[in-house]
Amino acid sequence: MDSALFPKGVKRCPTWQFLLWIGAVGIVLLWGVYAMLLCWLKGLNQTNMNDYYGFALWIWADLAVIALGGGAFFTGFLRYLVGKDELKNIINFAVLIGFICYSSALLILAIDIGQPLRGWFIFWHANVHSMLTEVAFCLTCYFGVLTIEYLPLILENRQIDKVPFFHNLSHNMHEIMAVFAATGAFLSFFHQGSLGGVAGVLFGRPFAFREGIFIWPWTFFLFTWSAAAFGPCFTIFLLKITEKITGKKLVRDSTVWLLAKISGWMILTYIIAKTIDTIYWLTVTAPSAGYGVGFFYDNWFYNIGWLVAEIVVGGFIPALILITKKGRQNPTALFVAVLLGVIGVSINRWVMVLQVMAVPVMPFDTWALYYPSWQEVATTILPVAYGIILVSLSYRYLPVFPNEVELNAAPEPEPLPEADEDVPAEAAAAQA
Amino acid sequence: MFPFGFEWIWDMSHLVFMGGLWYALTIIGLGMTYCVIKAVVDTLQGKGAHHH
Amino acid sequence: MEMNAKQHKYGMVIDLDKCTGCGACMVACMSENNVPFKKDESNKRDSITWMRVYKISNGKPYPDADVCYLPRPCMHCEGHDGHSPCVSVCPATATDYSRETGVVSQIYTRCFGCRYCMAACPYHARYFNWWDPVWPDGMEKTLSPNVSPRMRGVVEKCSFCFHRYQLAREKAIYEGRDEVAEDEYQTACAQACPAGAIVFGDLNNPDHQVTRIVEPDPHHHFTGHSKKAFRLLEQLGTNPKVYYTTERQWVRKILGQYNFGSQAAAHGA
Repeated sequence: MDSALFPKGVKRCPTWQFLLWIGAVGIVLLWGVYAMLLCWLKGLNQTNMNDYYGFALWIWADLAVIALGGGAFFTGFLRYLVGKDELKNIINFAVLIGFICYSSALLILAIDIGQPLRGWFIFWHANVHSMLTEVAFCLTCYFGVLTIEYLPLILENRQIDKVPFFHNLSHNMHEIMAVFAATGAFLSFFHQGSLGGVAGVLFGRPFAFREGIFIWPWTFFLFTWSAAAFGPCFTIFLLKITEKITGKKLVRDSTVWLLAKISGWMILTYIIAKTIDTIYWLTVTAPSAGYGVGFFYDNWFYNIGWLVAEIVVGGFIPALILITKKGRQNPTALFVAVLLGVIGVSINRWVMVLQVMAVPVMPFDTWALYYPSWQEVATTILPVAYGIILVSLSYRYLPVFPNEVELNAAPEPEPLPEADEDVPAEAAAAQA
Repeated sequence: MFPFGFEWIWDMSHLVFMGGLWYALTIIGLGMTYCVIKAVVDTLQGKGAHHH
Repeated sequence: MEMNAKQHKYGMVIDLDKCTGCGACMVACMSENNVPFKKDESNKRDSITWMRVYKISNGKPYPDADVCYLPRPCMHCEGHDGHSPCVSVCPATATDYSRETGVVSQIYTRCFGCRYCMAACPYHARYFNWWDPVWPDGMEKTLSPNVSPRMRGVVEKCSFCFHRYQLAREKAIYEGRDEVAEDEYQTACAQACPAGAIVFGDLNNPDHQVTRIVEPDPHHHFTGHSKKAFRLLEQLGTNPKVYYTTERQWVRKILGQYNFGSQAAAHGA
C-alpha cells in the first residue's frame, strides 16, 4: 500500500503489520501523553518530587538521553572533522538517535519546569553565570543542528526527492554538512560539559562539588568526554536491536567495529580520568569540607556498589572488551559491552543527580530517598515510545542505512578483515 | 540575551557567552540561508529534475 | 531613590540555649509572608516553612537526655563576593544577592520553577509551590497586602521580611533620615520569639546588637571573631549571615563537627 514511499530496492513488512506495531507502541505513547497532560494541568504535585528532590527522575532522564545522544555529535565529529569516512554508513542512524534523544530531553524539560509557559525566561532573562543557562542555549541550538542534519534524510524519501527543489536542498545541505557538524560539535562540547557543570559547581553539595580550572569544574570535562565515549555505545546498541527486530544486517561490521574501537579507547581514557577524579574527590575535596571517606556511601540504598557498578562494570569492562579485537568482533561480547557502557554512563548521570540530593548535608539531617510516581515514570517512558515510532517510520520510509540493499542482497555478507577497519571503505553502492 | 535588555552588562562573561551563542546561530543561519537560496537557483536552472 | 551609599549586611544570631522550640517564629513568619499551607502538613518535605525549627537530640537516655531546637531561616549566604550557592545557579536571574542589604531575594514572577536553586542550597531553605495556594474561606482577607502571594510552580523562601525594610526605608526617606534604625526593621520571627532568642540587625553596624554578639571578622569570611557565634556548614564556603550561639558542648560538637559519618547522635525532627 505504502511501498511507493519505501527507499529504493529494500524490503519492508506489510502495512498491516507495521500499523499494528505502531499502534502497540502508540498506546504506551498515549499513556505518557496522559501523564504529561496531568503534570501540565494539575502541576508537579503529580510527581513524587519534594523539596529535598527538586531534581529527580526527569533530570536524570535528561542527562542520560543527552549523554547517550552524544553518539550523534561524536560520530559527526569523527566523520566530518577527523575524516573517518567509513562512518558515513552509520552517521544517518546516529543523527536519528541524537535527534530523538535531544527532542526527548527538551520535552522532559518542558514537563519538569514548574511554570512551562515561562520556559522562555531562561533565554530572555539569561543569567550567563548559570550552567543551566548554557545547557539551555546550547541544547536548543544543537537540537536545531540535529534537525538540519536529519532534514536531508527526510528529503531523500523516494517521493519527496522527486521534487527538484527538495532534491537540490538536500544535496546542498549535504555539501556543507561539515560546517553544521563542526558547529554541532562546538555546541555539544559546551552543553555536555555544562550538564556536568550543573552538578560540579554546587559547592553547597559536597557529593557533587568538584574543583576544576577557571570556571569549569572537572565534571564539565568528564561529562563531555563520557558523552563522546558512551554515545557511540548507545548508537551501536540500538543498531543491534534494530537489526534483530528487522531481521536484517543494516550496517557493515567494519563500520561498527571502527566505531566500537574508538568508543572503547574513549571509554578507557575517560574511566581512568574518572577514577582519578573520584579518588581526589574522596580523599581531598570532600574531607576538606569535613566529609570523610565512606560517608557518601553509608546508606542501605546508596552504597559503594553504585561506584563499583559505574566505574568497573559500566566503565573498565566495556572499555576492555571494545579495545580488544576479539572482544568487539564477537557479536555477543560487543552487545554486552555496549549495553554495560549504556548502563555505566546512565549510573553516572543518576548518582550525579539523585545521590547528590540523597546525601545529608546539614549535620542533623538524614538521608533522603525517593521513588518516582507513575506520572513521572510514564512521562519518562513517553520519549522511549516516541523514539521507537520515529525510528520505525524513518527505517520504513527513509534511506537511513546506505548499505542495506547491498548487505541484504548478498547471500552471506562477508565481514571485512580487521586490517581494513581504518581504511575508508568503497563508496556505498546503494546510494541513490 | 540582547544588549538592550536591562539585565545586560558589558562584561567578559556576557561577551564570551553571548558571543559564542550568536556566533553559532550566525553560522547555522547563514548555512541554511545559503542552502535554500542555492536550492532555489539550482531549481530555476533546471537541476535535479532528471537525476534518476 | 538612592538613600545612601552605605552597604548594609542584614543578619541574624540565634541563641540555641534560649530557643524553647515553641514555633512562634514559624507561625509569625507564615502569617507575615502569606505562606500557603495544606490541610495535611505532616510531610515536611513538601510543606512550605520559610522558618523551620529542627529538633536535635543528644541521643542519650534519661537522665542525660537533652534536646536542642534549631530555627533555620534562609541563611542569605554571601558566598564569595555575593556568589551564594543559589544565586549563581539560577538560569533566569530570578534570585539575586543585594549588595545594598545583603538579602538574597526571590523574584516570584521571574522564577519558572526549574528548582536548580533548591538543589544548590545545602540548608533546604528553598521551597517549591507544588500546589496552588488555597486559604480557608475568609482567610484570604487576612493576607498581608505587602507581600505578594506565590503561584504554583515557583520557588519561594525567607526574605528576611524584606517588605518591612522597604516600608522602613520609605518612612525614613519621608522623614528626611538617611538611616533605618535598628528597631525600625526587624523580622517577624525575631519579634515573635517570646524567649528573645533571635536577634536581627545590620552586621555592618557596630552599634547593632547582632554585631556586638557575633563580632564578625571581615578578614576571615565573617566568622564570629569571639568564636562564640558560629554558622551552619561554614566550611562549605557558603558564608551565611545567620549565626548561632550555644553554651552546650554537645550541640556545638554536632553542629560544628562535620565528619560525623554514621555515628551521628542527631536526629532530624
